[in-house]
Amino acid sequence: MRLVERLPRPLVVFLSVIGPGFITAMVDNDAGGIYTYSEAGARFGYTLLWTLPPIALLLVITQEMNARMGVVTGKGLSDLIREEFGLRTTFLVMTLLVIANFTNVMANFAGVASALELFHVSRYVSVPLAAAAVWFLVVKGTYNSVEKIFLGACVTYIAYIIAAVLISPDWEASALASVRPVFIGDSAYVILIVGLVGTSVAPWMQFYLQAAVVEKGISVKDYAESRIEVIVGCIVMVVVAFFIIVACAAAIWSKGPRGIASATEAAQALKPFGEYAYLLFCAGLLNASLFAASILPLSTAYSVCEGLGFESGVNKRFREAPIFYWLYTLLIALGAGVVLIPGFPLVRMILMSQVVNGMLLPLVLVFMLRLVNNRNLMHEWVNPRPYNLVAWLAVVTIIGLAVVLFALTLRDLAGA
Amino acid sequence: MAETLLFLTELMGLKVYDLKGRRVGRVRDAGVVPRVDPARVDRFLIGGELNWWSVRYEQVASISLDGIFLRDEQVTPYHDDEYMLRIVRDLLDQQIIDVHGRKVVRVNDVTFEIRAVNGHQDLCVREVDIGMRSVFRRLAQGVLPPRLIRRMMMRIAPNSIRWEVCNIVEADPQRRLRLNITHTALEDLHPADLADIVEDLSPEDREAIFESIDSEVAADALAEVEDPKIQANIIESLEAERAADIVEEMDPAEAADLLEELEDETSEAILEEMEPAEKTDVQEALELREDSAGRLMGSAFLLLPLSATVADATAAIRSKPDLVDTLTIVFLEDDGGVLAGAVPVARLVLADGTVGLASLALDETVSVPIGEHADRVVEMVDKYNLMALPVVDESGRLVGTITADDIISELRQE
Repeated sequence: MRLVERLPRPLVVFLSVIGPGFITAMVDNDAGGIYTYSEAGARFGYTLLWTLPPIALLLVITQEMNARMGVVTGKGLSDLIREEFGLRTTFLVMTLLVIANFTNVMANFAGVASALELFHVSRYVSVPLAAAAVWFLVVKGTYNSVEKIFLGACVTYIAYIIAAVLISPDWEASALASVRPVFIGDSAYVILIVGLVGTSVAPWMQFYLQAAVVEKGISVKDYAESRIEVIVGCIVMVVVAFFIIVACAAAIWSKGPRGIASATEAAQALKPFGEYAYLLFCAGLLNASLFAASILPLSTAYSVCEGLGFESGVNKRFREAPIFYWLYTLLIALGAGVVLIPGFPLVRMILMSQVVNGMLLPLVLVFMLRLVNNRNLMHEWVNPRPYNLVAWLAVVTIIGLAVVLFALTLRDLAGA
Repeated sequence: MAETLLFLTELMGLKVYDLKGRRVGRVRDAGVVPRVDPARVDRFLIGGELNWWSVRYEQVASISLDGIFLRDEQVTPYHDDEYMLRIVRDLLDQQIIDVHGRKVVRVNDVTFEIRAVNGHQDLCVREVDIGMRSVFRRLAQGVLPPRLIRRMMMRIAPNSIRWEVCNIVEADPQRRLRLNITHTALEDLHPADLADIVEDLSPEDREAIFESIDSEVAADALAEVEDPKIQANIIESLEAERAADIVEEMDPAEAADLLEELEDETSEAILEEMEPAEKTDVQEALELREDSAGRLMGSAFLLLPLSATVADATAAIRSKPDLVDTLTIVFLEDDGGVLAGAVPVARLVLADGTVGLASLALDETVSVPIGEHADRVVEMVDKYNLMALPVVDESGRLVGTITADDIISELRQE
């Protein structure tokens, strides 16, 4: 207490509201994200770095709107969709959300499996253990201590920065590439741009962040600090992405550009640069996968139950909130179980998840913009006109990218 | 299913015919005017080709799944009526409080009863539907024929709340008055249940409830809200005068905890509005350290002179009905006002009315000074198996008691 009293008030308030924005941004760099960034670096070196500043902007715009809606209305996104657009629309959105998030959960258990296989731990041991741990962590722990565990885990993201520094990449080239857009007429390049945006701005984040802001009870007067937290979170997330791309560019692309099949392949490529870079990358991947696997099923269960009006909450008993617990448990059990099926087309399923994400995201964003501009809900906190212009532009861009991604993935799936 | 029931999902889109069998339009909404009748559908709002029409309940001859047939041809253009609760707009998909089940629920559908009154039929709201059956009905409506839906849904367990125990939360005080919405039903709930409900609501709805319920109930419920941040947000959302009314009803120690969560300006404004006696108590509590006995204690206790008899004690308890449910120990003071003894209530029951309380007192009176550290207090209560630990000021006067319940709250916060 004494130390806290000596800190300047804005900093104290910032530390007390820290959480939702940060956690969302950190979980955003999950197994799928790490894979996409690694692939971008391994295949095209520093040339895709320029996409990161616009991605940061997109993230900030969407996340800020969610945080604002949460603070002003005190309601989650699924609650608002339900109240303004009715049950059928909500049901459609929730169905897509469950499918999209299920594949994300699966991808993250796959991430756990491959990260630990590098340490010679069989996936038949690691995945069931991780699933059980995640289930107990949330169901048996109280929300506050769980949140602290998650926040502490965020520190391990520094692993990527250290790993990148250990490889000593070409800093000058990477700095230049970050501000100079390069277009290459290669379909793989386009897919990766779309993929980078797609993994960075995901539908689950909108639901999770808004619900977390509401849960935290942040009031309108603390909103200025909360907004800073959201923005800082987005920037940190993009910085981590930057270092993953740079590390893979230096370790793989500079030796000879090639695609990689998994995030662990990227980790193995770091081995010649020292055992530490390799270990750090693996630790980062493991943590990211566990982190996302903890949050996604819970966030999905909350969103669905709140939207459809079923009892929800980890402080309720199983009997009081059966649908909530069943949904949560099944997402984990099936998500982890599928990874253990020999010969299961995991990569294909992860591609599928991108498609569902891509279908859902524009829908969610359009709903969000209609809600955030509804004066009955937001009062004086509706989007200012210039903000709306940028936001709609961002939405149109994302929709455009989602359509491209959708088409490309369908083509890939048909070809595979 | 009896044909006397009609669901809102079925009512929506039902065709309306006038006396000559001409189609007027389809039902878009139904309005209840609670000031006239809390359950009867007073108006049917009908979407015609261009605009909305309104039909009063007396104009309706019959209602069934086949349509609504009118008794005349007079439909009037619809104007928004401030005294009307529109079921689709104001109720469907919104959250309401189930007073009986003590929780916040979301309205999936509404069940009406078709009643025969004076040779014609009207609709009366019977239940609000939640749960799977009503979700199925909403999703299947318009996709499958209504009678098939009725048959299929029988396989799913129903989950409904009687209309009488539904409490709508309306944020706008003017509208609350016009729609005859009160939150008085909430006042009968246990404060802890009310607190749970309030935590599930949006800030606007919390404000609406705390604005309108009895301030003593509000104080009890506020004390039971676990998250200090939500407590602070609620108090901050109220006018200082109303906030002061509620804070006055709280234990000074709890009030002090709450005020410390607020911005200095807000808490000063509230103190400013408080009655002088309560204000002084709270200010004294504010001067104590946050982890001291004085900030744990409650001020509900019974203190009698050392010379009092069992009959005196019974009379004193009778005069303080608030204390009856929680009182475990009667404290005694000597002529100088110093705490001198403690008598467990059970001993009063066994003793004769004329027996002096001093002879029934425990051998030793354990107490703590007001500045004692919370950890030590917890230790004492545990060690001496106390239900209520007296807290005394510098001169040994009893100023409050710390109950086992206070200790549990303290431990849970850590």
